[in-house]
Amino acid sequence: MSEEIIAVGRRSFFSEAGKLTLSAGAVLMLAGCAGKAAQAASAEADVTILNAALGAEQEAIAAYQVGAESGLLSKPVLDLAVQFQGHHKEHADVLAKTVRDLGGDAVEPLASYDFPTGSLTSEADVLRFAAGLEKGAVSAYLGAVPLFEDRELAKAAASILGDEAMHWAVLRGALGENPVPVAFVS
Amino acid sequence: MLRGHDGRTPGRVGAPGQAVRTLSALLGALALVLSAPVQGGELPEGDAARGEAIYDRCQACHSLERNRSGPKHCGLFGRPAGSIEAYPYSDAMRNSGIVWDEASLDRFLEDPFEALPGTRMGYAGVKDPQERADLIAFLAAAGACAD
Repeated sequence: MSEEIIAVGRRSFFSEAGKLTLSAGAVLMLAGCAGKAAQAASAEADVTILNAALGAEQEAIAAYQVGAESGLLSKPVLDLAVQFQGHHKEHADVLAKTVRDLGGDAVEPLASYDFPTGSLTSEADVLRFAAGLEKGAVSAYLGAVPLFEDRELAKAAASILGDEAMHWAVLRGALGENPVPVAFVS
Repeated sequence: MLRGHDGRTPGRVGAPGQAVRTLSALLGALALVLSAPVQGGELPEGDAARGEAIYDRCQACHSLERNRSGPKHCGLFGRPAGSIEAYPYSDAMRNSGIVWDEASLDRFLEDPFEALPGTRMGYAGVKDPQERADLIAFLAAAGACAD
């Protein structure tokens, strides 16, 4: 990575830092460490990992949209879905920004997603679908954390993992299932 | 082409006292077990039912029947890697020459980045041989795609 790109990345971060309105700790950590990470020779590998996470976050945003528009959710559950979708949007925004700050190209959301909408016929179906995505997200971040060359990125990814795990637990609780069925996630 | 497994040499633990020596020996033995290279084709027998539960870990990005941010897995066995036309694979995957079978899945799933540099699958891998065997058994049992 050239010095020019590194310098631009740092300027971009510092000039935009004051404009950040997202308050989550993970957002600040990710945005804050991008300048340092850009200096790593292995930034390309970190970009690959970040883009894999970004693709999953974009799909989760779309999935929650399907759930919210399904007409199957009661008001409290709809509010929850919108809140969780907002978290995924925050994750996606900061992941994309971090990829760009590292000199990479952030993946774009797909034009359309092939969700199993035919099998979503009740609120419980939607909750179970969302819970499956959240559980998968926990595993995906767990599988990504050890791969980051930049340990600050790993720390930030672990912060997002914690958020996904809370989503999964709340959704399980809404389904009447044990919210935290195991001591370890995998 | 997939890279093979590589082993690591366990570190030495030296400390005075019998209890510490015993603990060190146990840790050393454990390290040997954990670091032993696993060769393709030496997997334990897999259980597809257990593998289905392990497959939950994949479902942030994959499903059996649908392309998502990762490609669908129906019909995986015997399929050349990177060959689903509608899915935008990495060049590394598309040009890998891999045909998915038990041995190639074993190597890839253990450590995707190590086995296939350039893959977009940003996942550390399934390190436990029994879990890999179970997962591979589930993928094998999934069968062909409906379409």
